[in-house]
Amino acid sequence: MHHDLSGQSAGNEALNPSAQQQRDPHRGPAGKGGGLGAPRDINSRFELIRMLVAILIGIAITALVIFAVSDTPLESLRYMFIGPATTPRYFFNVLELMLPLVFTGVAISLCFSAQQFNLTAEGIFFFGGMVAAVAAITTKLPDGLHPFFCILLAGLAGGVIGAIPGLLKYRWNASELVISLMLNYVCFSVSMYVIKNHFRDKDAGAIVSYLFEKTAVLDKVVAKYRLTTGGVVLAAAVCLLAYLFMYKTRWGFSVRAAGANMNFTRYTGLNVAFAVIGSQVLSGVVAGMGGAVEMLSMFTRFQWAALTGYGWDGVIVAIFARNNPRHVPLAALFLAYLRIGADIMMRRTGVQMEIVKVIQAIMIVLLVAESFLAKTRHRMVVREATRESIVAEEVA
Amino acid sequence: MEEILRVEHLTKVYENGILANDNVSISVNRGEIHAICGENGAGKSTLMKVLFGLEQPEQGDIFVKGEPVRIQSPSAAIKLGIGMVHQHFMLVDRLTVAENVVLGNEPRRGILIDREAACRVTEELGRKYNLEVDPTALVADISVGLKQRVEIIKALLRGAEILILDEPTAVLTSQETRELFEELRHLRDAGHTILFISHKLDEVKALCNRVTIMRGGRTLGTYELEGLSKSDISRMMVGRDVVLKIEKEPASPGAVELSVRGVEYWSELGKKMIDGVSFDVRRGEILCIAGVEGNGQRELVELITGLRSGGAGSAKLRGTELLGRPIRAARKLGMAHIPSDRMVYGVASSQSVKFNILAGKVEDARYTGKLLFRDRAIDRDMEALARAYTVKCTSADQTVGMLSGGNIQKVVVAREMSQEATLLVADQPTRGIDVGAAEFIRRRIVEMRDAGVAILLITADLNEALELSDSIVILHGGKVVAYFADTRALTEEEMGYYMLGVKSQTPEEVEGAVHAS
Repeated sequence: MHHDLSGQSAGNEALNPSAQQQRDPHRGPAGKGGGLGAPRDINSRFELIRMLVAILIGIAITALVIFAVSDTPLESLRYMFIGPATTPRYFFNVLELMLPLVFTGVAISLCFSAQQFNLTAEGIFFFGGMVAAVAAITTKLPDGLHPFFCILLAGLAGGVIGAIPGLLKYRWNASELVISLMLNYVCFSVSMYVIKNHFRDKDAGAIVSYLFEKTAVLDKVVAKYRLTTGGVVLAAAVCLLAYLFMYKTRWGFSVRAAGANMNFTRYTGLNVAFAVIGSQVLSGVVAGMGGAVEMLSMFTRFQWAALTGYGWDGVIVAIFARNNPRHVPLAALFLAYLRIGADIMMRRTGVQMEIVKVIQAIMIVLLVAESFLAKTRHRMVVREATRESIVAEEVA
Repeated sequence: MEEILRVEHLTKVYENGILANDNVSISVNRGEIHAICGENGAGKSTLMKVLFGLEQPEQGDIFVKGEPVRIQSPSAAIKLGIGMVHQHFMLVDRLTVAENVVLGNEPRRGILIDREAACRVTEELGRKYNLEVDPTALVADISVGLKQRVEIIKALLRGAEILILDEPTAVLTSQETRELFEELRHLRDAGHTILFISHKLDEVKALCNRVTIMRGGRTLGTYELEGLSKSDISRMMVGRDVVLKIEKEPASPGAVELSVRGVEYWSELGKKMIDGVSFDVRRGEILCIAGVEGNGQRELVELITGLRSGGAGSAKLRGTELLGRPIRAARKLGMAHIPSDRMVYGVASSQSVKFNILAGKVEDARYTGKLLFRDRAIDRDMEALARAYTVKCTSADQTVGMLSGGNIQKVVVAREMSQEATLLVADQPTRGIDVGAAEFIRRRIVEMRDAGVAILLITADLNEALELSDSIVILHGGKVVAYFADTRALTEEEMGYYMLGVKSQTPEEVEGAVHAS
């Protein structure tokens, strides 16, 4: 494989925006002891340890499985864990996969922060792709403007769909979880109906749409890879804005308060309606934009035939990022890296890439299991308590 | 005297970081009634939970009859001869007394439970220890005192030599209390050892041989009760002479701030909980709503503060109706509210101290611009408020759930009192917190009154009602049965008569709560 220089330097360039979006929030007062971030104390320190241990155990067990099934285990492991960093092509693959995960990760983080288990991100991502595709086929706009118009339209559509479970929850206390899961099928079927019946290119063999207007397709960072500048910039912007919204505005405050204690939110006179409905609308907007960016980055015509799964992946990303948009890029990068690594390993050594599901599953189980490492936590608490000698003033 | 139970250097830390028992040591003799005294939160219940295997200590040794033991579970405790009668009974209402007594080790005939044997065992034990019960009665049908008796029989059947009773008289009438004491003395004379947890000093003096005093998670010592006066015990429990006097000038009430007229409320079961309640709260006065739990004050305060909907009548804050309007609206009008349940309403316990104090002020121009928060002002002022309200935390970034009850309450109070409110509804503002924090909060309430805030106080603590408030409204059966414009001449006994429905004032006297404006 040729290592061309231009590809490599472009790779660095492409990395920069995403690296920046992780750094940005650290600047200013937010970085040190200021602002209204999550509580910082022994609990938050413990949570970090817990996550690292979960990741280590996940990787260790995966390694064991690879040793058990592979004829060349060391080689397989090398492809899986180092492979993606070895060539620009692979690394660009990681970044290309990371972008949709950033969008759905932020989308899921937004509603999970308010304890609204809205999983429509999956369907909205698909629907957003369809809306962007239709707009890219039917409208004519100048070069720089066209894709962003399509993305905006998809975002609006996503917001409208996201509002449905939100409104039903707020007004009639209907479970947003059930409704959003059902809505995913509606999104999928409506999208397929629109494409099949109105925009299907009958000259093409498969069920695909007409080609997009050339002006609607996002520009590549480097011609030979599919990563688009517009996509990277938008993903960075979405992370930054979502972070600012959640941690630096009164609306985000009410979202987080609702996530912590809904009674408290109502009692303190915070805006409960916004926390419930607004968080789900914004989540829909981001997921819709994500679908549009993916559509206008990776394709020249609509050719999805099934739900993409990025919405579900968004849940994993949100769990790793602890619902904080500031940590979403890193979590998305991690997941994308694992996926591409597994893909490389499969192609080179024949170990099935489903192995990556093993890592995911183990890490998620360990992260959501409350009592995992509970004894360690208790020891930390005891050390802290006896050191500071906080005298009990009330015993439950 | 033979020692039956000894605890040495026991330390217990809860998940939330509270050091509930700190190097606790205690020695109990066979055949004595041993009292454990201490304020709420002194660590009595924790020590008992450790002895009964419900909690595991971090450090310390326990010896039963001289043998070192580890008590991993209640069944291990029972094997060692330790039984416990909980504050809240662990009985199955739908089963009979005998069935409850044998539950867990039922006598069997084939695969069936031998009910006759169960009844026989229950009656025999009852006769032996003078604890008579009807073994065939349903637990749901018997009185609280009898339920407690069933709990004691249950423990005895399992071979308990050491009986732990956690505030057993809290739920009993005075007649039932006397009977319980007779039973306990009888048990003691039969060779059983009783650990009696209480903070009612009369009872301790009347019943017990020795007392161990706990304060702030530590044991202060064990004393013979003979020669110890009640005020001696009380001093040791609190650590100083209890000052229940609150320094305050007489109120100088101003204009009516909150005006409640003819409020009515029916429960979901169709019971009339509030029946035509009217009163006014004026600026610069503390009006207390007192009453025995369940006489409508819970519903009344929840209607006024907006936590509950569905009442009739009116409650106006400076002329604007509050009933049926969202809490947001009432707060914008100037209502602050210390809720009775701090964990349900008062705090978001997984968030930081800073977050919780800011919650009521997110729309304040000092803390937010058009779009973004002013982080620097928030950091500075929230830290300052946490300090001013003496919240004991490592920093304002600490999780509220990690604090002790008194400090969590101070977080709530810091938020509500810094709200620039004109009406403060203080619902059980000092319930279940330590004396220091309670005193601090009461002093702040008086300061707010002096600054011209109208204060509506709801409290179950008669002493607090009398000391803190300027005037009192007493509810009984959902009605106002008394209004005292001046609390200085009022006594607890007198209040008790009205609260229990022994006395009630004439409608004209009650009318005094309504000030013509």
